[in-house]
Amino acid sequence: MLHKLEFILRRLLTSLLVLIGVSIITFLLARVVPTDPAELYIGPKARADQIALVREQLGLNKPLPIQYLIYMRDLLHGNLGISIGTKRPVLQEIKDRAPATIELLFTGMLLAVLIGIPLGVLSARWQGKPLDIVVRSVSIVGVSMPAFYLGLMFQILFFRNLHWLPLTGDVSSDLRFTNPLQMVTHFVLLDALLTHNWVALKDAAWHLVLPAITLAAYPIGLIARMTRAAMLEVLEQDYIRTARAYGIKDVIITYLYALKNAISPTLTVVGLTIALSLTGAFFVEAIFNWPGLGEFTVRALLNIDYPAIMGITLFGATAYVIINLVVDVLQAWIDPRISLK
Amino acid sequence: MAAIPVLAVEPEVQSTRTFRHVLSVIVRDPLSLASTIVIILFILIAIFANQVAPSPAEGAGKTNISQKMLTPSITHPLGTDRLGRDMLSRVIFGARPALIIPIGVVFFAILIGAPLGAIAGYKGGWLDEVIMRITDMFLAFPSLLLAMAITASLGRGMQNAAIALVISWWPWYTRLVRGVTISLRERYFIEAAQATGVRDSIIILRHILPNTITPIIVQATVDLGTVILAMGGLGFLGLGTQPPSPDWGLMVSEGRDFVLNQWWISTFAGLAIFIVVLAFNLLGDTLRDIFDPRQYR
Repeated sequence: MLHKLEFILRRLLTSLLVLIGVSIITFLLARVVPTDPAELYIGPKARADQIALVREQLGLNKPLPIQYLIYMRDLLHGNLGISIGTKRPVLQEIKDRAPATIELLFTGMLLAVLIGIPLGVLSARWQGKPLDIVVRSVSIVGVSMPAFYLGLMFQILFFRNLHWLPLTGDVSSDLRFTNPLQMVTHFVLLDALLTHNWVALKDAAWHLVLPAITLAAYPIGLIARMTRAAMLEVLEQDYIRTARAYGIKDVIITYLYALKNAISPTLTVVGLTIALSLTGAFFVEAIFNWPGLGEFTVRALLNIDYPAIMGITLFGATAYVIINLVVDVLQAWIDPRISLK
Repeated sequence: MAAIPVLAVEPEVQSTRTFRHVLSVIVRDPLSLASTIVIILFILIAIFANQVAPSPAEGAGKTNISQKMLTPSITHPLGTDRLGRDMLSRVIFGARPALIIPIGVVFFAILIGAPLGAIAGYKGGWLDEVIMRITDMFLAFPSLLLAMAITASLGRGMQNAAIALVISWWPWYTRLVRGVTISLRERYFIEAAQATGVRDSIIILRHILPNTITPIIVQATVDLGTVILAMGGLGFLGLGTQPPSPDWGLMVSEGRDFVLNQWWISTFAGLAIFIVVLAFNLLGDTLRDIFDPRQYR
């Protein structure tokens, strides 16, 4: 128990150090912008005296370490700066748009875990058999397919050819006249459920299908591959052979004994894919006009809206560090060997 | 004294043997063989784009408005885009940046990452701590997100996108090579070199780094697929190659607005990315099965 707590504390501390490093890299990122940030702020027609004034206001004439400390102070106060593009606080922009992205990400990851892990387990159990070959093919196609391309192909197939699913957006545009959605949590599906707006719920769910599957394709492939590899490694071990020798049913060996020990590496991959999918979601959102962080991010990147770029990068990295931390702690909880290392 | 050179060459003997072994495995496995052929084919197409493309000028960017948005036909097997350029020529010319840039990115990521990993693993102590903590900071970012942010900061364009990808990718090689180095450090031929008073820099250069090449190649093969995907993504967002230069990701994006009617513009460019990435992933899987770099972790 004590070593578990010690492990978690140590892990917390390193995460904190890493986050400080992340803030340094993000800070430097904006300082390598070849254009003068002050000039970006005012626009291309800025006069020299205006630029000087903004430089003063933004603290750009102070030495770099001082600038970093000011940046950190603002950061700790929840101030990520003002977006050059929208002239609104970056934190507010992120807060407003995050729910749509999180909803997409959550659904996609749920699909990935619910499909990827069973596929990997079955593939390992039937190693070399037709089922294994099918799963391996599906998963390697999944990890080789660009999300933005898969999304477009889905649109051609399911919207244009089959007329099954809507093309873009998170709800139909006429929904706000027929069945307006009351915002409670700003998660569309959840709000529809809470306000018993069944029409909106069905509409939102229908809109979520293609983006979620597009986003899940890569994680499904990755998780299935890793689960399979982990299962195969475990299935070779002595205790499994012993269990077999005792005549214990194959089903129990695979799903009870082996899966228990294969779940730890699988967890690592799940954590990794959540982080990968956050960036992946930006591409999926671009294809499906999903009203999340993606559109804001892409516009910020193209217009060198550097406070927004810094904010999003920091947000992504922080999410990544926290997810990794949670995965490590979970693993230490499940598998005592890890915290003893 | 006589025994030491023998021990020192031992890994090298092993590597020529494994090279033949790899070839024989690839030739015997239909999927690996097909992937290898696909990769070689695309490299040849990239090199001889001028000779293979039906219309090299259009491939490079020359527009031909009177021929715009033509459906695939015998004269234009993959159709034409919204500026009337032959898509087959565009896709063929797109193979150049799609393959050459990622190969360059992985090469430079190895060039930066591998020596740092070898130094960290061999020296240990504070130097190891410093190098690995810096590595951790870079690995704390989702790689593609970091690359996107760096590209935007440096300014859009193929070259800056490539630099950004190198900055995001080198830490993976540092981590890999450090792991391999730590397992090598205990081996006899390294101890023998140390005992005869060989300088550390020479040990790292002559004895450690050459022995990390196999796991690096395995990792690089898989990474090439990922970097091609990343490069495609940057192109798609408009951060990478700028028009009118040919780029697969950019082509998918250019066809996006017409995808429901003029489906061929996006479809074939995206298909090219998918096929090349699939080939690298399949080949990477085979190499990994043969060498299993996990043994070093």
